[in-house]
Amino acid sequence: MNKTVNQKAWFLILPVLVLVAFSAVIPLMTVVNYSVQDTFGNNQFFWAGIDWFREMMDSERMWDALGRQIAFSAIILAIEIPLGIFVALNMPKRGFWASFCLVLMSLPLLIPWNVVGTIWQIFGRVDIGLLGYTLDAMGIDYNYTQNFYAAWITVIVMDVWHWTSLVALLAYAGLQSIPDAYYQAAKIDQASRWAVFRFIELPKITGVLMIAILLRFMDSFMIYTEPFVVTGGGPGNSTTFLSIDLVKMALGQFDLGPAAAFSIMYYLVILLISYVFYTVMTNLDKRDGH
Amino acid sequence: MAKITLDNLAHSYLPNPQGEQDYALKELNHDWVDGEAYALLGSSGCGKSTLLNIISGLLHPSQGRILFDDKDVTHAPTTERNIAQVFQFPVVYDTMTVRDNLAFPLRNRGADAAYVRDRVQQIAQMIGMEEMLNRKARGLTADAKQKISLGRGMVREDVNALLFDEPLTVIDPHMKWELRTQLKSLHHEFGHTMIYVTHDQTEALTFADKVVVMYDGRVVQMGTPQELFERPEHTFVGYFIGSPGMNVLEASVSGDKAVLNGTEIPLGQGFGALSGKVELGVRPEFTKLTSGDTGLPVTVKRIEDVGRHKIVRADFNGTEINVIAEEGSSISPDANRIIFDPAGINIYADSWRVAPSGGE
Repeated sequence: MNKTVNQKAWFLILPVLVLVAFSAVIPLMTVVNYSVQDTFGNNQFFWAGIDWFREMMDSERMWDALGRQIAFSAIILAIEIPLGIFVALNMPKRGFWASFCLVLMSLPLLIPWNVVGTIWQIFGRVDIGLLGYTLDAMGIDYNYTQNFYAAWITVIVMDVWHWTSLVALLAYAGLQSIPDAYYQAAKIDQASRWAVFRFIELPKITGVLMIAILLRFMDSFMIYTEPFVVTGGGPGNSTTFLSIDLVKMALGQFDLGPAAAFSIMYYLVILLISYVFYTVMTNLDKRDGH
Repeated sequence: MAKITLDNLAHSYLPNPQGEQDYALKELNHDWVDGEAYALLGSSGCGKSTLLNIISGLLHPSQGRILFDDKDVTHAPTTERNIAQVFQFPVVYDTMTVRDNLAFPLRNRGADAAYVRDRVQQIAQMIGMEEMLNRKARGLTADAKQKISLGRGMVREDVNALLFDEPLTVIDPHMKWELRTQLKSLHHEFGHTMIYVTHDQTEALTFADKVVVMYDGRVVQMGTPQELFERPEHTFVGYFIGSPGMNVLEASVSGDKAVLNGTEIPLGQGFGALSGKVELGVRPEFTKLTSGDTGLPVTVKRIEDVGRHKIVRADFNGTEINVIAEEGSSISPDANRIIFDPAGINIYADSWRVAPSGGE
């Protein structure tokens, strides 16, 4: 069969091109523009090449923030993923209580970030907050505005409270798709509870778990509002994560050049990690397809 | 290996069953003799799988007891019953190799490693998967997976019973034959009690020593294939077994005569007074198409030649009657009567067979 060649067909992709240009390319180019230039005000710009990038690479502040960021993401993943699976395994499978649990579980997901931050900010206050006051009354030194550990624990517990539901719901959906016959066969084969989890449940929820890990990783790696509202990045710089640092730099100090270079590197790191995830996930699918 | 006794057993999926219609499995008393191969035959939803799951302990019956060798196991969990069961759809452990899959039930029971290795090899040979032993089970075709499931069911030698729940549904036809033969030879070799659930009559009749036919939550007949064919105890057995099934016609019976819509049919045997809905059942194999004045007046609708014989579909007063004619026979265009062989006639009252009261 002969294919008709018509170059006018290119016009068909024009709408997408325009949309992507406005939504992604143009804003991104603005940042790229800032990252390679310097200015002393008056809208006068000088070419700076890769100086800002070099400066950021040497910046201890950036490396510290990145270290904190990685630690934060690693800790919340290490808590939320197993906890989410554990919750999902213990949720009722059907009936009234299943629906009840689902609704209950999704409640934290519906609360806006800054409201979550405010809730925990007040909850943890030593003077009026239920948690802070109680801990203080019990003689535990808890003050997230002064104590490094208290601040970290508060921020982590807050994130776990807010997002474990997401992992649990995804894992629950994965578990629900396992046919009863698998559990019956496991009983016939006299498999232990652990073997059922290890050989039936875990393999069946690997796919959704990868998505859950990816989502939670990206979200936590970009976290801003919640710790900002609770600790403001303090005490000192101890909870200053990447995006908090970035905003401080860009809007607090108005260092647009370094901030732009910073955002591009930040973006590339997330892109890289997401790409790795994507590759791993598609490889998993391929293995299924054989 | 054990004798399995069902004592007064019944099951309902409802928490408070009211009447008999609420029971998926109606009251049942039955012994499964040690070492026999049974086929449990019936249409979908007749309670076959329910019965199987009760025996294996996946389901707890609403009433009655189950005994293995006279030991009450009604409340024993599946793991204590030492039963093997294969399900309709393949269940394999995806992340394990084929070898580990087959070894899994043995290892869970703490079998000796050398024994496991030999036994797995033996089973792999039986299901024809020796070359695939080291491959991951993930991504195998459905029938390969089902073969693994079967293998896992057969790997234990000391099971009390082997239960199969329509295991060959997903397997392609030529492999079906082979596996069924394997199962049969396994049965001869080890003498396990086997219960094989199916809705395929050929499968049931070729596999089993005894066929148990279920209908609407009830065991309607149990017997050898020949008994089921010649003396169906219930009209359902007549319909369900045989191809085409038994012709069932409304009749009134008095003594050794039946009257079908004004036509008298000799029965060869006498019957007492019958109550309820009386029907006459006769298999197509025991009918003959003729012309003339004797026999049931019919109109021939169509003739299907299936190679080994011809099936004549005739109409009797709005009811279809099937006749099997020999392949070589020619069917005369003016054939308008059907005669029944009295030896093949069964009389039913309210769907259950009535025994003749004697009198040739």
